[in-house]
Amino acid sequence: MAYEGMIAETITINGDKNEPISAYVARPLGSGPVPGMVLLHHAPGWDEWYREATRKFAHHGYATISHNLYHRAGPGKADDVAAKVRAEGGVPDAQVIGDTEGAVQWLKAQPWSSGKVGVFGTCSGGRQTFLYACHTNSINAACDLWGGRVVMSKEELNPKQPVSPIEYTQKLSCPLLGLFGNEDRAPTPEQVDQHEAELKKYKKDYEFHRYDGAGHGFFYYDRPPYRIEQALDGWKKVFAFLEKHLSA
Amino acid sequence: MCTSIVEIVAANGAGKGEGGWFDLTHSVVSYDHPHHALFEEAINIDFVNPALGAGARVAVELSLEAAKELSAALARAIAQAEIEEGARLRHV
Repeated sequence: MAYEGMIAETITINGDKNEPISAYVARPLGSGPVPGMVLLHHAPGWDEWYREATRKFAHHGYATISHNLYHRAGPGKADDVAAKVRAEGGVPDAQVIGDTEGAVQWLKAQPWSSGKVGVFGTCSGGRQTFLYACHTNSINAACDLWGGRVVMSKEELNPKQPVSPIEYTQKLSCPLLGLFGNEDRAPTPEQVDQHEAELKKYKKDYEFHRYDGAGHGFFYYDRPPYRIEQALDGWKKVFAFLEKHLSA
Repeated sequence: MCTSIVEIVAANGAGKGEGGWFDLTHSVVSYDHPHHALFEEAINIDFVNPALGAGARVAVELSLEAAKELSAALARAIAQAEIEEGARLRHV
């Protein structure tokens, strides 16, 4: 049996405007080189599911960092901090982009890094993953899982989210994987259609997979939307996509 | 959040959270993913005081039906309270 080892710990990295933010890192032990993954947590916050997902990617051979997009809302339990951020109208898109670039650069600077990095996010993190992938040239793959509000109406725009992410599609800098449930209401299948049409229009490298019998958040094994068959297939799609785009 | 349904009003009163009673400054009502209740979306009500930190929060997560019943009960209780208050003022 081959020896397996992993280290998982919280660290501090430089986020947007070089401000310190907290992050959770899990990586296989050893000198590498290994590819990296950056996880953008969902609206419910920097929580246990994202800790587990970070370790899952590490188990599959990726040095993985999940940075705390809600760091500036202060310390506290994930649900309390997420409620505070919700009341504040979310976090600014520009700040998320800066924080995520910080996480990517932290990974790339490590001696065990292969230099290839992918980004993954669910829910609001899926939206932010796409948004970030349209504002950087630092990554090799992006996974948007049921990101709501990639397509935003004018009424939904606000100072923190001033532009509908779909408007940036032309700038998408890397291959994109999208996983969606056909019973989701944010995004709706029609919004996914709109996004796909835009990706086709600009001849972007993408693959979308849409699941019947699934809605929003179908990977979350501890929540009612969990759909085991769709989730297991979805994880296979994620790791096949990453193998294709992040292997040496 | 995946919906943008959030309503915030000022609150004057007190709430009992994990650390005991604290003064409230705001009530936040949203329709969004709950953390604990086993619904995809819920009416979430947070009574908070942000100046005391994120933990100064009394939280409930209700089904839409339960929230409608609560809203109606609040309206009935407030209507009766206003009658009581009116009667009190007439006796002053």
